[in-house]
Amino acid sequence: MSEAKDIAVEFTDIAPRVSEFRRFSNVFFSRKIVIVGLVIILGLIIVAIFAPLLAPYKPDTINMEQSLLQPSGEHLLGTDTLGRDTLSRLIYGSRISLMVGIIAVGIAASIGMTLGLIAGYFGGMTFVVIMRLMDAIMAIPMIALALVIAAFLGGGLKNVMIAVGIALMPMYARLMCGQVLSIRENDYVVAGRAIGAKSVRILFGHILPNCLPPLIVQMTMMMGTAILTEASLSFLGIGIEPPSAAWGSMITDGYRYLLTNPVLSFAPGVAIMLVVYGFNMVGDGLRDALDPRLRGML
Amino acid sequence: MGTYILRRLIEALIVVIIVSVLIFVIMRLLPGDPLTLYINRNQLDNLSPEQMQALRVQFGLDKSLPVQYGSWMLGMLHGDFGHSISYDLPVGQLILERFPVTLYLGILAFIVSSILGILAGLICALRRGGTLDAIVTSVANFGISVPNFWLGILVIYLFGLALGWLPTQGFTSPFEDFWLSTKQLIGPVFCLSVFPIAGNSRQTRSSILEIVRQDYVRTAWSKGLSERTIVIKHVLKNGLIPVITLIGIQVRFLFSGSVLIETVFNIPGMGRLLVSSIFAQDYQVVQSICVILGILVVLANLAVDISYGWFDPRVRYG
Repeated sequence: MSEAKDIAVEFTDIAPRVSEFRRFSNVFFSRKIVIVGLVIILGLIIVAIFAPLLAPYKPDTINMEQSLLQPSGEHLLGTDTLGRDTLSRLIYGSRISLMVGIIAVGIAASIGMTLGLIAGYFGGMTFVVIMRLMDAIMAIPMIALALVIAAFLGGGLKNVMIAVGIALMPMYARLMCGQVLSIRENDYVVAGRAIGAKSVRILFGHILPNCLPPLIVQMTMMMGTAILTEASLSFLGIGIEPPSAAWGSMITDGYRYLLTNPVLSFAPGVAIMLVVYGFNMVGDGLRDALDPRLRGML
Repeated sequence: MGTYILRRLIEALIVVIIVSVLIFVIMRLLPGDPLTLYINRNQLDNLSPEQMQALRVQFGLDKSLPVQYGSWMLGMLHGDFGHSISYDLPVGQLILERFPVTLYLGILAFIVSSILGILAGLICALRRGGTLDAIVTSVANFGISVPNFWLGILVIYLFGLALGWLPTQGFTSPFEDFWLSTKQLIGPVFCLSVFPIAGNSRQTRSSILEIVRQDYVRTAWSKGLSERTIVIKHVLKNGLIPVITLIGIQVRFLFSGSVLIETVFNIPGMGRLLVSSIFAQDYQVVQSICVILGILVVLANLAVDISYGWFDPRVRYG
């Protein structure tokens, strides 16, 4: 069985080179599931941007006369205790999730990658100090750590994003550091040093660009993790303040009416799951397309 | 192997010390005076400055931060975790009551997720492209995406409220009533395991697929060995190395998850104690729990590193 496969592999090896981008897009778009993920993410972005146009009602209009309505033509997903339209709150909640994903991952990636770059490139004591600190942060269970930091900073959307960012940071530092350690031994880095290039130039001109593929994959998947963590914090009640429509806190609010209005906590959960699924699938696709050797590592 | 283990042990100890310093610093930077909380709770109004000072001395808050840290660590080593302001009980006692619950839940989820995850991934890889592979893989893709606390709510709704098969809340010690305890734990263990099962099966599938392509596996086939021998002796031993790393990482996820799952299912474990202590600003409890969880995660990683060295001798000499 593997005989035929091997010949096929050899054949593609000697086949004329296709452009990098072509090869990337061929692999990336070849799996249906990746396209599904892409559509979900695009959908999330569109919904977040056009929330005011898409939402049938305002997300925070309180109408006690319409409290806890069951799903109907008027309110597709019913209303909550305060008579707010669930669908509208869900649509506006996409903004929070998307923002938390982007900003928390941005914080985690920028600080984590810088630390990993420094630790991997300079080695020695710098490496020991930075990486042991990262190990220590990673030793504290993520939700516990994010909870403690968010409580320390005082809750609220901004602080939740910072807390989630710090909790995710060590993973980037580790990945980056490992990448740098393997890349800095390459000939082109040695050559750069031989012609007298400064550390900064070698780091940002040569090492960083070559480290990126696995980090891009990591960033995509971490968007999902960040959104999940934010939802968990909101669920526990430390995240976003009540008037905002965060998916996690919508689940908590709905939990109390599970018996009569299950849709209140079901709907936001489905939204979270779909969005995280989208990021995970696109991450899988990126990994296979950028560097198949990463399969099993990320 | 001896020096390898010793080196890992020392590194683990250093990490535990850094964890404790980190937590201590975060806690001391928290806004608010721990004393205010104590005074409010015990309704000790109109304390004179002298009485305040006496309380400060009693709780050791008059000393410098390094000294406070030192006495906290020294106390922990002697099993004295300090005094909980909100419960008015020794922290050690609070944790001791809840720790076995979290550990029991965690160990069950760990066993379930390791066995089911590896098995699912192995079957998928060996029957690649089949219907079973397609089903398991897509379920696993959802498994790594679903919020576990929400899954808990679904389980409570479906099996607890709608079907009435499982109790919706609570925890009973298995020594008290084994049957009830098991029924109560099915939901939480399931919810806690879903993510690691999915993660393990994805990891196992891809690393086994990598291994079955290797030359030595082909050699084993051409020697005429049975599939059973090849899978167990040649494929699994090498294919499981990345999975072991992942299982080590998942110990952290399990404790993370238990914070949420214990809250959803109303289980009196350390996770729920952590959440309620954070809201009660009972920092003595919070810092002790964080350090204990940190130590457990470090120990798990240590075990992984050591077994890694055993599975893959290249690591020991690397």
